[in-house]
Amino acid sequence: MSTEPDPSPRAPQVDAALLRGLTQRRFPRRAMLRSAGAGGGLLGMSSLLAACGIAGSESREGSHKVDWAAYWRDQKRTGELNFANWPLYIDSEHGKSESLALFSKASGIKVDYEAVIQNDAPFYATIEPLLAAQESTGYDIIVMTNGWYLTQLINGNFLVELDHSKLPNFARYASPLVKDPNYDPGNKFSVTWQTGFTGIAYNTKFIKRPITSFNDLADPAFKGHVGMMNDNTEIGSAALLRMGIKPENSTPEQWQESTKWLEKQRELVLGYYDQSYIQYLENEDTWITQAWSGDIFQANLSGYPHLKYVVPKEGQIAWHDNMLIPRQAQNPLSALDWMNFYYTPKISGIVEDWVNYVCPVPMAQEYISTVLKDPTVANSSLVFPSAAINQQSYEYYVYKDYDEYQTWNDIYNPIIE
Amino acid sequence: MTTDAPVLAKPASRRPSWIRRHSPPYWLSLIGGGWMLAFFLIPLVSGLIVSLETGNPLTGYHLTWNWAIYQQLFVHSDIPYTTFFLRSLYYGAATTVLSIVISYPMAYYIAFKVKERWKSPLLFLVLLSFFVSFVIRTDMWAFILSNQGIVITALRDLHLVGKNFHILGTSNAVIGGDVYNNLAFMVLPIYVALERIDGRILEAARDLYSNGRQVFLRVVLPLSRAGIFAGVLLVFITTVGDPVVSSLLGGVGTYTIGQAIQDSYLTNQQFNVAAALSTALMVVLGLIMFIYAKVFGTQNIENLV
Repeated sequence: MSTEPDPSPRAPQVDAALLRGLTQRRFPRRAMLRSAGAGGGLLGMSSLLAACGIAGSESREGSHKVDWAAYWRDQKRTGELNFANWPLYIDSEHGKSESLALFSKASGIKVDYEAVIQNDAPFYATIEPLLAAQESTGYDIIVMTNGWYLTQLINGNFLVELDHSKLPNFARYASPLVKDPNYDPGNKFSVTWQTGFTGIAYNTKFIKRPITSFNDLADPAFKGHVGMMNDNTEIGSAALLRMGIKPENSTPEQWQESTKWLEKQRELVLGYYDQSYIQYLENEDTWITQAWSGDIFQANLSGYPHLKYVVPKEGQIAWHDNMLIPRQAQNPLSALDWMNFYYTPKISGIVEDWVNYVCPVPMAQEYISTVLKDPTVANSSLVFPSAAINQQSYEYYVYKDYDEYQTWNDIYNPIIE
Repeated sequence: MTTDAPVLAKPASRRPSWIRRHSPPYWLSLIGGGWMLAFFLIPLVSGLIVSLETGNPLTGYHLTWNWAIYQQLFVHSDIPYTTFFLRSLYYGAATTVLSIVISYPMAYYIAFKVKERWKSPLLFLVLLSFFVSFVIRTDMWAFILSNQGIVITALRDLHLVGKNFHILGTSNAVIGGDVYNNLAFMVLPIYVALERIDGRILEAARDLYSNGRQVFLRVVLPLSRAGIFAGVLLVFITTVGDPVVSSLLGGVGTYTIGQAIQDSYLTNQQFNVAAALSTALMVVLGLIMFIYAKVFGTQNIENLV
């Protein structure tokens, strides 16, 4: 006999999100008044032009300070969790996730897991207007990469400050690689879901000599078969590392300096790609490319054993996809519960055995090798990097404000465009 | 109220007023005009206004009548927007010409050479590709044309091309993808125009001692001009603004104005730059279409509808 609380099995199964959509006010009064104002403004030229400005995220939310201790004290348990993540980023067996099922079983919280995030920029663009209007995004956890959009979410006060007293497992199990990161000191707003490394991958069928350095991406012998990332943070960071500069401590003068190499290398490059770079590598369009460790690990297991990932001798980039709680989340306690639940060797082990990026919980290695009996993952230095590899991994530069971000864009965008 | 009766009867004795006589066309165009206003004029004007704002996404954008942005973008810019513009126009023109060359024989064949009962199935085949999302179809081309895909492997095995030959990442790949995606938009209008040509006209031309070539050049082609005209509008405009094909099939040096608009809006969050680029694109396309319509005459479209 199951002792689980049974959510009325005879009742028709209605999607909780749909119910919420049906019952919630979709037009808050303020938004209605604002649009009414904009409509009225059409009548007069001056008010039309006034209504045409685009409010910034800071001006709308910036001064809005919250007493987070009181916020957490007032929260009540809800039994629901809405989790937005990237595709193929959680364990999945016939469309069901064991880790989420275990969580529901242990906590009684029903999880609505949606793989809706295709990329940081478009996802940010879809949630920003809601956050700026102080409306719920419909998600209690979102996952975003450290970078400008995460900085913007923090600076715009769009995130709930985490209550680490309810998150003891993070302090206990998290890898030093993900604790107290430069983009979110003290993990005030974020805990890492997965880390990834950006280094170099190459096809050993076409390239016989060992690849060791970023300079190999500029070898004329590979002309027309070099792939690069189209994310300007990635190409900029690689160019800085090549010069022996840690991106996290770099200066605009060094950024400018580093473009010389990128400009020269450009004529060898076949294309600047998003996640699709792996497709070009697998299809032999590119022989050598900037690459993410997890993709190469998975490609090796799925029919492309001749692809090889290398940590360049100048170092590699470690980036982090982070779990965040957006403001106006409906179930923040459930979100914290899940974060705490995830940061155990067992649960992160189950997820890691499927996702294969870089595990934020080093002790999951033992769980994967002894319980899940999957030595390929457990013994991989890409999934559970050694201290030496961690030492060779550097963080992105953290933009202080929009002007700095724009300076970076102005310097590196001409390369990829 | 009996006193009102003479007033009602009065207009009958006079001709309707000038306004009454001339206003119906305007009343009838009200819906169409409202449509144009809501979905064309307002977006165009608001795009123009946003392009004249300055600021950033954190502090907001405010209208400062910054006309200089157009000069900044197209005259002194680190990023060669003018090049992207010209490249997009070139892709659009090449795609249009190729589409006509490929589509015309197809449409001609379906309209004149095929038995009546085969026409519908063949037209259905032309439309069949629309049953799959065009992003997926374009991505499949990236797979087919890849270095270990069937096309290049075959060419390489026959020693027709060298080891370093590649299609993906070149302008030709982008133009090819554009032609493929827009073919139906060219075939259908041309087919419609050809279909309505009266067969007796062609007989008459032959009776007057035209040979096959003269019939085609002097009768069929001029009569199908309306279809080509409509097809050119559909294909050219779609292609010039498209960011998808060039990002999926292109590589270094195939960056288009559509991608530039998308990236400046989504990635760089420079709303004013994105608005300025799209406004410029709308204006340039508008001018090209205006000149095109002046030269070839708008009655071409009227013939078609």
